[in-house]
Amino acid sequence: MSLLEVNNLDVRFALRRGDVQALRDVCFSLDRGERLGIVGESGAGKSVAAFTLLNLIAKPGYIAGGSIRFDGQELIGMRDRALRKIRGHRISMIFQDPMMTLNPVLTIGEQMVECLKAHRRISSRDARAISLRKLEQVQIPSPSARLDQYPHELSGGMRQRVIIAIALLLDPDIIIADEPTTALDVTIQAEIMALLLELCEEHNVGLILITHDLGVVSQVTQRMLVMYAGRVIEQGPTREIINDPQHPYTQGLINALPQMATPGSRLNQIPGSMPSLDNLPSGCAFHPRCGFVTRADGSTRQACHDQVPGFVTSGNCQAACHMVAEMIERERIPAEEQD
Amino acid sequence: MSSTATSPAPQAADPLLSLRGLEKRFSLSGDFLEQLKFKGGKLVREQKYVHAINGVDLDIQRGEALCVVGESGCGKSTVARTVMGLITPSDGEIHYGGERIDDLSSKALMPYRRRMQMIFQNPYASLNPRMTIQQTLEEPIRLHHPDWSPQRVRDQVAEVMASVGIAPDWGARYGHEFSGGQRQRIAIARALAVDPEFIVADEPISALDVSIQAQVLNLLMEAQQERNLTYLFITHDLAVVEHFGTRVAVMYLGRVCEVAPTATLFATPRHPYTQALMSAIPRLEDERPQHLRLQGEVPTPVNLPSGCVFHGRCPHANARCRSEVPTLIATDEGGQVACHGVEEGRI
Repeated sequence: MSLLEVNNLDVRFALRRGDVQALRDVCFSLDRGERLGIVGESGAGKSVAAFTLLNLIAKPGYIAGGSIRFDGQELIGMRDRALRKIRGHRISMIFQDPMMTLNPVLTIGEQMVECLKAHRRISSRDARAISLRKLEQVQIPSPSARLDQYPHELSGGMRQRVIIAIALLLDPDIIIADEPTTALDVTIQAEIMALLLELCEEHNVGLILITHDLGVVSQVTQRMLVMYAGRVIEQGPTREIINDPQHPYTQGLINALPQMATPGSRLNQIPGSMPSLDNLPSGCAFHPRCGFVTRADGSTRQACHDQVPGFVTSGNCQAACHMVAEMIERERIPAEEQD
Repeated sequence: MSSTATSPAPQAADPLLSLRGLEKRFSLSGDFLEQLKFKGGKLVREQKYVHAINGVDLDIQRGEALCVVGESGCGKSTVARTVMGLITPSDGEIHYGGERIDDLSSKALMPYRRRMQMIFQNPYASLNPRMTIQQTLEEPIRLHHPDWSPQRVRDQVAEVMASVGIAPDWGARYGHEFSGGQRQRIAIARALAVDPEFIVADEPISALDVSIQAQVLNLLMEAQQERNLTYLFITHDLAVVEHFGTRVAVMYLGRVCEVAPTATLFATPRHPYTQALMSAIPRLEDERPQHLRLQGEVPTPVNLPSGCVFHGRCPHANARCRSEVPTLIATDEGGQVACHGVEEGRI
């Protein structure tokens, strides 16, 4: 059994004009020490998925159904006291903006000691020693001096290192990182990602990495999920999805990258933009933007318009697409159908 | 801190835009009274500056897309704003089409403002929320062509809206009714409305989603071909640069450290900073990040390092790098690089 199993997760936001479904039927699992990427554009629901795992969804959001099992325990409906033993302790989280995450009026050391004391019976002296060791692990220059500094005295890259140190403080089983490097420069991003990867491997920590950057996902993760309009539309081993994407949206996303076109030529754009969650198209949510729909024959095209596609397995990957299903039926290799 | 770089003029003469020893300092010290300090029993005046750009020499040829890349704080946006006349340079000259424009009065600058337009990063902030799209697009045309009839203005707006893929009958709507990608199209339409020849685009696609970035980038390339535009394109996204740029200028701490044709720069980056920057791009093919790690962090632009601004993080730095400011020298590959190591053949 996997360390983390998410099944049929359904998250809604109760708004005045009615419920908006932010996540529909999301299923995935994570093994111990495994690194999973969740990819999608803004509004696809990837951050909601991450927040839901730790029940950090604020009102008007609520979990309408599904299950999240961590190490055999069901997290949905768990009492706050019990959940606090898991949240920040066995599953910790790294957020996007390091300045927003750190408390500006406490020193780095105070924040780390506070976190340790909240979860363990521990003396201040011991807590400080552990904090120092974690700061050394994240390769901050002069770590003992940093303990008495305030967040504003550190640069963006160093702050994100401190946050990683705090996330590792209680030796978690899983780290959820929500766009951990989006606010950082490209050279700093490369260093932070390399550090995160190194630490996860060294301590056998699982990682759920949420990002819109396919390059980062391909370097860091072993498996990935692609989300679109609140659903998972493709999942499988990262290499296989990057090299041979099945779902037309994933294909479009990869083909739209500037490095996929010869310099100076037109980029392969996906027409239109992602629908808003309170006004989803019928059937497959991607069908109005999908280039395959117009070329599909009658019954498949009808299915794209009317029915929500289920997952079909292709190799080690799963894709939710009527076209892929039909092609597998006809035993053809969908990649050859691309132009 | 002034660099009198007498760099050899690249290729053809007569560039559209030419920056000569451009410098911009922002004062941190407040007004005169705040600058007065007691030191050793004496009243002295002390001034602190952020050195945003320190002696930038750049030429932009007609019809090319010059991309300026660098990390946050390297001064790339300050260069864009200084070129547009939104910021007055502290030192140096800006020549446009052979004429010096940085010392012109705002009235004398008006004809140049029509020829140079700007696209900003955030389309949520750059459109006036109280104006309809029609008003937004008409405003620059009315300003620059006061003699045009209302019908001619409307025709021009309709034409420019169609060319960016916004239906002309959406003109009565307000900015908030559009998505980010559509807003950026409108911002591009506003820049194109007065038929400019030169466009400064400051991170025009960074705020957009991946699938929308491709749409906007295509639009910018189409406009370039149809209207024979010249771009100064500011970005931190090297994949976009590789696709879009004719030439690339890499900036570090307010200085240009390397300028080269795009293909050359990506194939053979010469400056150690460019090499580190290139290796940091996350690529799809890699299984593992293989980047060159730089020591330390970008120093503060308040107290600039002596000599080469990069020497504190450079693995090849020696005594000369610590004391002498390198100037841009031409390389065999057709670029220019400001590095003592390259000049001496060490790198």
